[in-house]
Amino acid sequence: MSKRTVQFKIYRYDPDKDAQPYMQDISVELEASDKKLLDAIVRLKTKDDSLSFRRSCREGVCGSDAMNINGKNGLACLTDIDKLAQPITLRPLPGLPVIRDLIVDMTQFFKQYHSIKPYLVNNDPAPERERLQTPEDREELNGLYECILCACCSTSCPSFWWNPDKFVGPAGLLAAYRFLADTRDQATNERLDNLEDPYRLFRCHTIMNCVDVCPKSLNPTRAIGKIKDMMVRRAV
Amino acid sequence: MVNRHVVGAHYGLRDWIAQRATALFMAIYTVIFGICALTLPELSYDAWSGLFSNGLMKFATFLFFLSLFFHAWIGIRDIWMDYVKPAGLRLVLHLITIFLLVGYAGWAAQILWRL
Repeated sequence: MSKRTVQFKIYRYDPDKDAQPYMQDISVELEASDKKLLDAIVRLKTKDDSLSFRRSCREGVCGSDAMNINGKNGLACLTDIDKLAQPITLRPLPGLPVIRDLIVDMTQFFKQYHSIKPYLVNNDPAPERERLQTPEDREELNGLYECILCACCSTSCPSFWWNPDKFVGPAGLLAAYRFLADTRDQATNERLDNLEDPYRLFRCHTIMNCVDVCPKSLNPTRAIGKIKDMMVRRAV
Repeated sequence: MVNRHVVGAHYGLRDWIAQRATALFMAIYTVIFGICALTLPELSYDAWSGLFSNGLMKFATFLFFLSLFFHAWIGIRDIWMDYVKPAGLRLVLHLITIFLLVGYAGWAAQILWRL
């Protein structure tokens, strides 16, 4: 493919210099090897090195380059540049405080993630090698453990926008179910107790924005439904 | 700022189940009521009050209104929880909602037993 020019409209905000955020119109000429949005943004940075964004693995594993792309959250490294309508509008993930340009403060997001105790709780003495599961039990964890914590889902969820301090959010709840579904975990009751208040789990109104944007094609809504199912089974 | 983790009000599940149970009851009642209303011999006050003179119908209708008001309580409270941040204002809105819905329930009973 020959060289082509791509038009961008990018959210810019440097709190040290700008009184207000603004949208910058900028274009960049791409090389034939530039396939993904991240390639284009990296090339853009050679033109305007003040543009700030996070990126690391550039292959959809680290979750660093999550941003709002033409109105929808996604990973720049997994988004085909040629499939995007131009000008490509880039904004930081919605609902989180902006540190600079496309970089957001993820503290609240990770606080919610940590609140569900995202680790195996098992008080039995550790076996010599590993805690075993049957293949069927292990199967339960598929679609749950793959989350890369990019925050695309939680920051597309209005319930998380309104109550980020109280609602765990889809990413945290997917992780919560990942440990609830784990046969090796012994803290099921404590985990369910922790989610049973009207905010932490039940702010989810099942609008499925999370499912729509997940770059790993995971389904937090289904996981949330299964947590509710476990609670009902426990209660009746 | 105190950043304590608030977990403890364990009525999330109860209200979630109640919202679904009341919705189910209202759906079933609506079908039954629709059939009863459409099969009335004539659309007159006598036929209408005859329909509600049946004790079972009165009971089911009153239960429908209670379901509606409890369902509405959870839904409206959800809106206050989502959008109204100051706790004092939210408490006031909660109380107004409760007073209104309890009042409506009494009004519904009065209307039903007057028919």
